[in-house]
Amino acid sequence: MAANQSRSVAVSLRQVCRFFGDVRAVDRVDLDIYDGEFFSLLGPSGSGKTTCLRLIAGFEQSTSGSILLHGQEVAGVPPYDRDVNTVFQDYALFPHMSVGENVAYGLMIRKVAKNERNRRVREMLDLVRLSGMENRRPTQLSGGQRQRVALARALVNQPRVLLLDEPLGALDLKLRQQMQVELKAIQQQVGITFIFVTHDQEEALTMSDRLAVFNHGRIEQIGTPTEVYERPTTEFVAGFVGTSNLLKGDTATRLMGSAQTVAIRPEKIRIYAPGERIETGMVQASGTIKEIIYLGMHNKYLVSLDNGDELTVVQQNLDAPFAVSSIGRGHPVQLAWTRASAHPLNPAGGSA
Amino acid sequence: MTAVPAPTAPAATSFLKRVGRYFYQHPNQALVLLLLLPMLWLLVFYVGSLSALLAQSFFSLDDFTGRIVRQFTLRTYQGMFSDPSNLDIFVRTLSMAAAVTVTSAVLAFPLAYYMARYARGRLRGILYLAVLLPLWSSYLVRVYTWKIILAQEGIITWFFNTLGLGGVLDWILSLPSFSLLGMFFVFVYIWLPYMILPINAALERVPKSLVEASSDLGARPGYTFRRVILPLAFPGVVAGSIFTFSLTLGDYIIPRVVGDSSYFVGMAVYAQQGTSGNIPLAAALTVVPIIIMIGYLLVARRLGAFDAL
Repeated sequence: MAANQSRSVAVSLRQVCRFFGDVRAVDRVDLDIYDGEFFSLLGPSGSGKTTCLRLIAGFEQSTSGSILLHGQEVAGVPPYDRDVNTVFQDYALFPHMSVGENVAYGLMIRKVAKNERNRRVREMLDLVRLSGMENRRPTQLSGGQRQRVALARALVNQPRVLLLDEPLGALDLKLRQQMQVELKAIQQQVGITFIFVTHDQEEALTMSDRLAVFNHGRIEQIGTPTEVYERPTTEFVAGFVGTSNLLKGDTATRLMGSAQTVAIRPEKIRIYAPGERIETGMVQASGTIKEIIYLGMHNKYLVSLDNGDELTVVQQNLDAPFAVSSIGRGHPVQLAWTRASAHPLNPAGGSA
Repeated sequence: MTAVPAPTAPAATSFLKRVGRYFYQHPNQALVLLLLLPMLWLLVFYVGSLSALLAQSFFSLDDFTGRIVRQFTLRTYQGMFSDPSNLDIFVRTLSMAAAVTVTSAVLAFPLAYYMARYARGRLRGILYLAVLLPLWSSYLVRVYTWKIILAQEGIITWFFNTLGLGGVLDWILSLPSFSLLGMFFVFVYIWLPYMILPINAALERVPKSLVEASSDLGARPGYTFRRVILPLAFPGVVAGSIFTFSLTLGDYIIPRVVGDSSYFVGMAVYAQQGTSGNIPLAAALTVVPIIIMIGYLLVARRLGAFDAL
């Protein structure tokens, strides 16, 4: 789903700053997150994405700027009066309470009647596939199960916005991938706005409707996964979300006909043997294969262009490894890509 | 033992190496060697003296000769419990211990919380030092210092008089249990560090995210304190209370130096074994606080205080 102007805004940040002494953790951030969206805050550690989430939750107070939850200014409103719930990175389950008591915690505070409370706790545990685990202690659960309890504990309160702070960070790869699918399914089922913090670009691309890429406390780009991946606007985004070859200066002028920096993804470049016929209309360059890295599903080639620049090319591993002897280390090759696959970057953006 | 002989490693050369290898091959014997000394110490000096004490309490004093009759009897206990002044002593000591414990906990908790959660760097170091510093000076000196502070010509009287509040002080002094009040202050002052440190240690282990999670789920600070912080720090409070409670129960210096003539268990024990030479009664008087402490620890365990330790 792309951003839809007719949908109402769930969370809105206007020129929000959060400084810790001299450190600008969040610096003039503008952001609109729509109702029902799965929105990711993506960035390296220390880029301000978690601080941003904590500002929305109310654990931090902004130095300046305004944060609106469903149109209501929340500056000075403590976390317990905000209609958002958080899934913490370390899950933050109460160790002295059972799974059931953990999930019921928010309902207890809202003085929901016991029958209703039990019913909703059971429903939530069913949703996260932990039926019958009410009486376990958090310490008796695996990491993946704890993560589900944390999710149930937040969702049971039916918040309008759910904040997730790198909730999958502590899980191993297989479990993480499985939880990504489950989280997305749960989000579609409950229809709540999810704001998801992650440093894993693949996770952000897989799960989000839209995402914001953070760097040095500022937002570099906001868009759908396709927009951000296919048309990165800054050098930072081009390098952080996936990998990119950057063509600058003379190389850009020679190949693309303009000195503006362009980014091109390694998988958009095709390798041809010398003399092989290349379709017309494609941008062409020639060079030598410097290194081949075998990655199982695909091979990565480092190609030195004749002028010394280096390009990374990724090709699917179609043939048996190293069968094509004409493309080996030290061999001259031709590279080609379509003009549309090279994307110009904002000259001003990125370099902070 | 075994059909196949165990393969033998090449012989170790030096004596030290041989010893090392022996204990590597016989880890249980290394453990025995390790625990021998502390176990011996505990058995002889700790269990031994306690048993001697317990045994003494079942002897009795011959009223005519003033000699100890080394024969099992419950007479000493009977005599002790039938004397109302002894019951007074127990009630007074217990109430003091309870009051000191509760007050220490109430005073210690906020400070321990601040030290664990907010104080950073230099300030944190200074606070720890401030808590520990009194423990470096002599207990006796500090108690006598308080005697001087509380005395009629002391700084408190001067302070009240300077403020023109001499009347208020006179009123406080005229309260029937004034000397108990002074003793109470000194007890709290002396034992407070023993309450702060375990609570602080317990709070250090409560992750900040739990407090945030509680707040995030809609709990106001008071609710978070009652349902999350206090239950998780409770083992620390109980550990601290074991110190303050048992130390107050057994102390005889503070009641003697700061108090008036009203007896506390410690003083009574001192008087019985010293002036009266009634060792059996002194022993019986000592057994009572021990029983109370055992009961206290059982309740503490019941409350789950040791599960999280």
